[in-house]
Amino acid sequence: MLLTTTLLFYVFSAVLLLSALLVITARNPVYSALYLVLAFFNAAALFLLLGAEFLGLILILVYVGAVMVLFLFVVMMLDINLTRLKEGFLRYLPLGLAVAIVGVLEMVSVFWVAPLGRVPAPGPIPADADNTRALGQLLYTHYLYPFEIAAVILLVAIIAAIALTLRRRPDTKSQAVGRQVAVAVKDRLRMVDLRGPRQ
Amino acid sequence: MTAPNLSQWLILGALLFSIGVVGIFLNRKNVIILLMAIEILLLAVNINFVAFSRYLGNLEGQIFVFFVLTVAAAEAAIGLAILVVYFRNRRSINVEDIDELRG
Repeated sequence: MLLTTTLLFYVFSAVLLLSALLVITARNPVYSALYLVLAFFNAAALFLLLGAEFLGLILILVYVGAVMVLFLFVVMMLDINLTRLKEGFLRYLPLGLAVAIVGVLEMVSVFWVAPLGRVPAPGPIPADADNTRALGQLLYTHYLYPFEIAAVILLVAIIAAIALTLRRRPDTKSQAVGRQVAVAVKDRLRMVDLRGPRQ
Repeated sequence: MTAPNLSQWLILGALLFSIGVVGIFLNRKNVIILLMAIEILLLAVNINFVAFSRYLGNLEGQIFVFFVLTVAAAEAAIGLAILVVYFRNRRSINVEDIDELRG
């Protein structure tokens, strides 16, 4: 049991790190998006190993199902000149690697010194544990207001995305419902005196 | 072989985070890959949150991941919308072309 958990941890972590590396080095943004899908799948599997089933499934549904499809749509919709975008890739490589190595060394040294490794490993997850129910009970009681704020954030995101990309082209014919409703009789009907001049 | 301890999870998070940082450095031209690198950074943070939540026996870490996911989805949607508008106007998504505000 422990052996399989550890083995799965290493396998999923290795694939996750590899696919994340491929995301940032792939030549074509479509490949990057697909590797990011692979990375999210592996992260979801790691969440499952940690007993966070709800978040693992949400990660697949929301990220792979919605956000990554959005990325793919945008990548395929834009006609991008790929060769120009890859200029300077090697120029920034030494600086980026230096920053990454320093960052990793600093963080790992903190983990080494801090007593995090001595946190007792939690026992196995009980078979009747219900992660979704527990999360829901916490979310709808203590975190109700943050939950509603999250809903408002999503609403703002919807409105912003639509308002940004909505384009009114002047040459298309469309109905202006407001002007239709506000129309008055004198706008539509003109009384003409048809009586000709009297002989 | 024992179960992975907390530092192993945190080292995984640190490695993933640094990959995201390198991605931001390397892809200075391509805004789409920059947004993907930001997603990787947020994923690394989420892994740390869930690992702490499991090892400290406290569900609030997972609640926080929930909110991070919400904000990340909103950010991706608005970022891509801005990108589409920008591409429509300038026929380019190169970061170095985005300098109209420079004096």
